[in-house]
Amino acid sequence: MFEDEFAQRDSFLHRLDPRVKIIVVFFFSVLAAVANRFMVLWLALGFSVVVVLISATPIRQILRRLVPVNLFIVFLWFFLPFTLKGEPLFSLGPFVGSHEGVVYAARITIKSNAIVIVLIALVSSTPILTLGHAMHDLWVPKKLVHLFFFTLRYIHVIHREYVRLVQAMKVRGFRPKTNMHTYKTFAYLVGMLLVRSCDRAQRVHNAMLCRGFRGRLYSLSQFSLRTADIVSLIVMLAFVVGLGILEWAKMA
Amino acid sequence: MGENGLIMSLENVSFSYPGRAPVLDGLDLSFYRGDRMGLIGPNGSGKTTMLHVVMGLLKPFSGKMEVFGKPIREEKDFREMRPRIGLLFQDADDQLFSPTVLEDVAFGPLNLGKSQEEAKAIALKTLASLGLSGFEDRITYKLSGGEKRLVSLATVLAMEPDVLLLDEPTTGLDEATEKRLIDSLKGLDLSYIVVSHNLDFLMKTTDFIRAMARGKISLDDESIPHTHVHVHKLGRHVHRHSQGHNHTHANAANAVVPEKE
Repeated sequence: MFEDEFAQRDSFLHRLDPRVKIIVVFFFSVLAAVANRFMVLWLALGFSVVVVLISATPIRQILRRLVPVNLFIVFLWFFLPFTLKGEPLFSLGPFVGSHEGVVYAARITIKSNAIVIVLIALVSSTPILTLGHAMHDLWVPKKLVHLFFFTLRYIHVIHREYVRLVQAMKVRGFRPKTNMHTYKTFAYLVGMLLVRSCDRAQRVHNAMLCRGFRGRLYSLSQFSLRTADIVSLIVMLAFVVGLGILEWAKMA
Repeated sequence: MGENGLIMSLENVSFSYPGRAPVLDGLDLSFYRGDRMGLIGPNGSGKTTMLHVVMGLLKPFSGKMEVFGKPIREEKDFREMRPRIGLLFQDADDQLFSPTVLEDVAFGPLNLGKSQEEAKAIALKTLASLGLSGFEDRITYKLSGGEKRLVSLATVLAMEPDVLLLDEPTTGLDEATEKRLIDSLKGLDLSYIVVSHNLDFLMKTTDFIRAMARGKISLDDESIPHTHVHVHKLGRHVHRHSQGHNHTHANAANAVVPEKE
């Protein structure tokens, strides 16, 4: 379910301290999300493409991971031009597309792709566990880090339970159709998964109590910053700050 | 430790889930240092419930419990006692919650206040003692069923408990892994209680076997199943033994007949 097969490769990005990567991705994403000027947005997209190319992720994989985001964006292109009021740009029968709507949709498209591409670079160059430990080291709230780890650990177990339930349904001749029986069965399936997950959570907590758990989780991993990490951090943050200046400086 | 090496004593302990018949019904148990006890009983006879009551995961509504010579009543008492009793859960997926094996095994020692270095060293030592060297960086959810079981045992042993409670440790294990588990258990200098339906396994790992039924542990000598192995000349056939003896048909060559108390 979680494929981190590319995290085993080697590139400059793979060797970079994961904390540096998280900090840069965080500030970059915030800036890209709030930026409005097209020059800034294009630069951001350019930055993300350069980063993902450095990460040596196969192009096919990048495209595959971009599909879900852009499916969502296609819908925005269907609705935004017609719902946002402004200068009419084109018309389809009774519907009039506004200039503002098209610009707005274009902004969202560039922004979200830029952010998703840097995230792809981050995830495919860092083993997921390391990511969790790095967040822990960066004073991300403990509860969030724990949530992250437990999700990672138990999503497989829950998925396996789901597969088992589906198989049990199949061997008894269940074929999904558009009828009440199908809806009811799927509702039972989801309900059963929820109940089982709850029970599982209780048992895991019990097992943790038995081993002296008192509300604290400890991390065993340690990171150390190298010169290359510090230099990269400064260069990339400088780029992000530069984008910020371009965004908020008054146009001459 | 209590007098005469009494580790654990349960007196008249009863427990029931809301709205259902009692699972434990006036249960008595005395468990001594050095005891290696097997516990058998039909499904729903309260074996797992008893282990969970002992660990303080379930609250009995009546009865007295003493562990290591001290009465145990509140969560605070349990918290002190738990590190000295290791419970191996029925489902290894409940026990292994950390992403990597090393982190999971080190979790207990860290909770006991060991430093990171110490905890790591203990974890590696425990893994090595179970023949699991090289497993430390493995991802827990990618382990096989047998490996999960052995790593779970390591997580419990890493806390260096005085007593082990094993809940159906052989479920889902193949013969080779079962044998590894038997060898590991035999090599331990620990007292333990094994709950299992697997008589062959109990025979090889425990000194005596008690039966549990309807929420009680039978202390009646007559109903303590003895273990005998016999061989028939005429091959397989269905036959009965008087008094409903539990026995196992093993290969005569491999048979281990435990000494009786």
